[in-house]
Amino acid sequence: MATSQVSMTVNGKKVEQLVEPRTLLIHFLREQLMLTGQHIGCDTSHCGACTVDLDGKSVKSCTMFAVQANGADIRTIEGMANSDGTLHALQEGFREMHGLQCGFCTPGMIMRAYRLLQENPSPSEEEIRFGISGNLCRCTGYQNIVKAIQFAAAKLNGVPYQEAAE
Amino acid sequence: MIPGAFAYHRPSSIEEAVGLLSKLGEDARVIAGGHSLIPMMKLRLASPTNLIDLGNIANLKGIREDGGDIVIGATTTQHELIRSDLLARKIPILRETSLLIADPQVRYVGTLGGNVANGDPGNDMPAVMMCLGATYEVKGKSERCMAAREFYQGAYFTALEPGEIVTAIRIPVPSAGHGYSYEKLKRKVGDYATAAAAVVLAISGGKVTTCSIGLTNVAETPLWAEEAAKIVTGSTLDAATVKKAVASAEAITSPASDGRGPAQYRTKMAGVMLARALARARERGGA
Repeated sequence: MATSQVSMTVNGKKVEQLVEPRTLLIHFLREQLMLTGQHIGCDTSHCGACTVDLDGKSVKSCTMFAVQANGADIRTIEGMANSDGTLHALQEGFREMHGLQCGFCTPGMIMRAYRLLQENPSPSEEEIRFGISGNLCRCTGYQNIVKAIQFAAAKLNGVPYQEAAE
Repeated sequence: MIPGAFAYHRPSSIEEAVGLLSKLGEDARVIAGGHSLIPMMKLRLASPTNLIDLGNIANLKGIREDGGDIVIGATTTQHELIRSDLLARKIPILRETSLLIADPQVRYVGTLGGNVANGDPGNDMPAVMMCLGATYEVKGKSERCMAAREFYQGAYFTALEPGEIVTAIRIPVPSAGHGYSYEKLKRKVGDYATAAAAVVLAISGGKVTTCSIGLTNVAETPLWAEEAAKIVTGSTLDAATVKKAVASAEAITSPASDGRGPAQYRTKMAGVMLARALARARERGGA
């Protein structure tokens, strides 16, 4: 089968590989680059577990071919921690606020929340819920996922996190 | 799920894309956002042997004013429609509709051109385009314009000929201060409509002076409810008139019974969505 050369930047590193055109981006990331952080959940573009950040957009990488991402700048969960090894505010938020149970949806949730906070640094609870409506948590742990994102937003804005009264 | 093998082409101009499409013949498909086509390829419901990616053609993108029209490039994404200040001012129903399509990730990638050209009766934009009286600019061996109201012939079956690509969507800007609404009933985020209704109207002196109505996913094609709109025009949108218009709109539906409900239910929901859309459009139109 004919292959195409693709080059892209993944988590700040330049990668060049040969791919079959039909290779989905999620398979390319997981099986050729061995970046297994993003998961394949539903494989039908519903669940968001495969979400990556691509050229400033949140994209479901199970519904894009790797060849379409030729030249793109991609970030996955493996590229989220700070360069000194400390956690990104979102990762910290998910840990502090118990934003994960089984953890399967977490990398997709964090990548989606990353772009959401880039576009809207101080989202309301409603905006967070709408913003992550393309990500499913099979443990139904949404309350704490929302809190985790609020925690991260507060930290990134340099203000103390205050939990809303229930 | 892994799609069948194909050869990938990434033209950088519309002419090159049209040339490839005509050269490669019927086993070639164009791909824009791919959020309808790739799932179908993964299920092997579609197995094109050649894929022509429109993603690298700069002049297929963008939103511009042209006289009294707004022209939107076919590969403009739903996300870009939502973020457009020009559209928010001039044709706000497009933002309202876009926000009800799929989910955030899909809207970053899914395109207006794909939504209108694919012929999926579940897509939201076709009924809105019929409501707005949009035309589709098409390029194949020659160029032509097709009215949205004459474009849809059956499920996944449109007036597009083999070798043709929708390059842009041209929409006449409704009058300033017009009322509008897109009301969509769906089971969950990301679902297609159980039924949905688009309304654009103008009101003067308490009376409806113009009205157009589109219906989504209650027939093999999107529907333009011409009779219902006529019933409403000239009225004050009093309860009796709305009831008559709703009955007229319900009469032209022929939905399938499926996971979204039995056909009679979906017909009734089309009526409910229309009544709500009329009420909201009336509020916004300043009655």
